[in-house]
Amino acid sequence: MSFMAVYLFYLYMIHTLFPENVRQPTELGADVMIIGAGIIIVSVLTRYKKWRWLWSEWLTTVDHKKIGVLYLISALAMLFRGGVDALMLRTNLALPNIQPIGANEYNEVFTTHGTIMIFFMAMPFIFALFNAVVPLMIGARDVAFPRLNAISYWLFAFGALLLNISFVLGGSPNAGWTAYAPFTERAFTPGVGENYYFMSLLIAGIGTTMTGINFLVTIIRMRAPGMTFMRMPLFVWTTLTTSALIIFAFPPLTVALALTLIDRLFHASFFTLGHGGMPMMYVNLFWLFGHPEVYIVVMPAFGIFSEVVATFSGKQLFGYTAMVLSVVAIMLFAYGTWVHHFFTMGAGPSVNVFFGLSTMLIAIPTGVKIFNWIFTMWGGRIRMTVAMLYQIAFIPTFAIGGATGVMFAVVPVDYQLHNGYFLIAHFHNVLIGGTLFGLLSGMHYWWPKMFGFSLNERLGKFAFWLFFIGFWITFTPQYMLGFEGMTRRLYTYPLGYGWHMLNVISTLGAFTMGAGFVVLVYDIVWSLFKMPRDATGDPWNGRTLEWALPSPVPEYNFARVPVVTSRDMFWWMKRHHATIADQLKPNDIRELELPKNSPVPFILGLGFFIFGFGMVFEWWLLAFLGLAIIIGSLIYTGFDYDEHKQVSAEEIRHIEQSLGRLQG
Amino acid sequence: MSLPVDPKVIPKPPVPLEFSVKAESIKITGFWMFLVSDMLIFASLFSVFAVFRSRIMAGPTPNQIFHYGSTLLETLLLLTSSFTVGMAIFAMRKSHAKVMMAWLVLTLVLGAGFVATEIHEFVTDVQHGITWHVSGFLSGFFVLVGTHGAHVSFGIAWAVTLLFQLSRRGLTPVTSRKLYTFSLYWHFLDIVWVFIFTFVYLFGKIT
Ligand code: HEM
Ligand SMILES: [Cu+2]
Repeated sequence: MSFMAVYLFYLYMIHTLFPENVRQPTELGADVMIIGAGIIIVSVLTRYKKWRWLWSEWLTTVDHKKIGVLYLISALAMLFRGGVDALMLRTNLALPNIQPIGANEYNEVFTTHGTIMIFFMAMPFIFALFNAVVPLMIGARDVAFPRLNAISYWLFAFGALLLNISFVLGGSPNAGWTAYAPFTERAFTPGVGENYYFMSLLIAGIGTTMTGINFLVTIIRMRAPGMTFMRMPLFVWTTLTTSALIIFAFPPLTVALALTLIDRLFHASFFTLGHGGMPMMYVNLFWLFGHPEVYIVVMPAFGIFSEVVATFSGKQLFGYTAMVLSVVAIMLFAYGTWVHHFFTMGAGPSVNVFFGLSTMLIAIPTGVKIFNWIFTMWGGRIRMTVAMLYQIAFIPTFAIGGATGVMFAVVPVDYQLHNGYFLIAHFHNVLIGGTLFGLLSGMHYWWPKMFGFSLNERLGKFAFWLFFIGFWITFTPQYMLGFEGMTRRLYTYPLGYGWHMLNVISTLGAFTMGAGFVVLVYDIVWSLFKMPRDATGDPWNGRTLEWALPSPVPEYNFARVPVVTSRDMFWWMKRHHATIADQLKPNDIRELELPKNSPVPFILGLGFFIFGFGMVFEWWLLAFLGLAIIIGSLIYTGFDYDEHKQVSAEEIRHIEQSLGRLQG
Repeated sequence: MSLPVDPKVIPKPPVPLEFSVKAESIKITGFWMFLVSDMLIFASLFSVFAVFRSRIMAGPTPNQIFHYGSTLLETLLLLTSSFTVGMAIFAMRKSHAKVMMAWLVLTLVLGAGFVATEIHEFVTDVQHGITWHVSGFLSGFFVLVGTHGAHVSFGIAWAVTLLFQLSRRGLTPVTSRKLYTFSLYWHFLDIVWVFIFTFVYLFGKIT
């Protein structure tokens, strides 16, 4: 009953506020689902009186571990959304000339799929793991700027909301995840769709830049005594290089997005065709960001695998120094290859050859890493956990993805394969085989640390096999389709090109991966209720400091900050019977100062959302309202000197005692 | 930690006040990183301008629209304000709160003069139909210089809130850190202006 009322009111609002042509009839079904889900969430929260809990424990939190959980939930939700998009695309291509969704919707769906997977799935998933473990690994009580960390999260979350709302209100962006000018200019793409893209990425991008700064400073300035750079776990190293890449890569993106938006909304002439605009500049700026971005999403996976492989082989990581040098080399090289994304735009042979060679060079440090992981496993006592399975699957998958990438570095080959299905297969090969497998591996590995219980191994393995086998069934045919000339962003194709069979197989594979996701979610829900709590804090016999702490970790992380004397510190402690708990005497515990929860990050994010929404629809009053909220909350934080709360030694002693971590 | 500290009680700190507390000194590191990212924003805008400089189309040339009188005035105002904010920090290090505030106010006045001149220049341009719609060159010009101007305006608003905080709380590790980061920001904008003056205005004269 209430559902009907809300829905009718909603339809009425939509029709009065937004022009008819913006909406697609097929979107109505999705609307019903989203509104239904919204009503269920609201009524559950009200029924169990959880609003206050939600606000004070989660929406205002500045604790990096909780922010990590928020990021993880958002990333999984976005993986669902992006995955559904992928299945819609594959369904449309399953057979020749069937069109469950039409051409325009196909454009919208691959655009949101790509945008969401890169910016709103991979990025927050990475930040989830950064937040969950990096401070623990370096023996810090928190990140350098806890409040800023929360602001980053809310900017990301509201940016994601802005993009997703386009689907509900109609008029999703439809110019691809790269949004090349001049196609995205008003003359060619009128309507609000692209505004959503630019605004949401601008908002989320500010948050991402702040996260990069935050973790860079955390790692440089907040390491425990004795935690020298060359003692840092490799995941911390990749966090460091990723953060540096973020700081250097996001500004060009911000400029590219802002200039196009200025063109669209305020009629400047940057990337238009008349008035001396120059669309190529957009493409350069975009890929100046875009290539480092692919390393931003894959380097954390390298770090995760380095932790996972050492733990589950029961050995120290092989060639630590070489690993560190290679991530630093990748970080530096990442800026010198961007032109390989548009060899075909005709920059001339010398430019193309330079960037072709630099692209081949960057494969070398990556090769070094693959060998080091294999040598780490060599002679080790390998435990086939889910995390380890993803790692082992990653090595051949990523090697093949990397090899097909190097093929593109050969400029004449690129001219043949550019913008075809070979390319689609290549980048999914590295994005799924590298990034997604890495993130899922990390999720299974650190899940017990974040939540205090492990995920079910049997279900996890089942999901893994579905993902892994489904992956190859989906993308092997696509490599072949590339050779047969099928181009990307193609919404349908006629019978008789010989593409038929391969597309059927590919779609079957996609649904296998979809089944893998369903099993993964079932695994999470099942484990939430059924898995035993982990009392040791060290379920995997880990090597690095985060496993020295109880799970879930208390708010202050370390009752006493440890002194680090070796790489793989926790392993060393265990060998010398000197766990943190053994060392801790009641008198060692001092009073602590912790950051206090704050409503500012959430409200600031909301301000940005309102501002962005106003900009998208050119409702200037709304935009000003959003701007006023933003400025207001900035001023408020400026005058807020009450950022900390004291936690007494007594309280900490009590907590440590109840966790069984106190002597005497 | 954030309680007001009477500057006279502190016995000659071995490091400046704003670095004396670790949390505050970490914030200064973070601010440097922010400046790096902001510098890259400007670097991108400069590269855009460099590419668009010659794309004049039917619009005016740099020579026709740049008013060197007002540009020189702007340069003088901003460079002087960089000096005065330096003096404010100098006074802060000597714990002369009153003198420091005076220098800061002077900095703001100079900054406001800069912004006013620039706004006046832009408004005159627009009244003559010289808008960013006209040519690629003008788009690059207005957005690069305008972004700098917006930064200066933001800095002024920031410093006004700082004045209130300083007068309420005096010099503490927190307030002195805030003033210090403001001065970094202000010097940074000054350096960016030097580049704008050279590569936008002076080079415009040459070509
Ligand atoms: C569940 C597995 C996935 C399937 C079945 C899938 C399928 C597809 C399909 C069918 C397209 C459109 C091809 C076209 O018509 O041009 C596409 C594009 C794309 N996908 Fe995926 N995808 C998957 C996962 C991912 C992941 C995990 C990422 C990133 C982390 C990703 C990133 C992209 C990007 C960036 C595009 C390009 C969008 C554009 O052309 O603008 N995909 N994918
Ligand atoms: Cu690239």
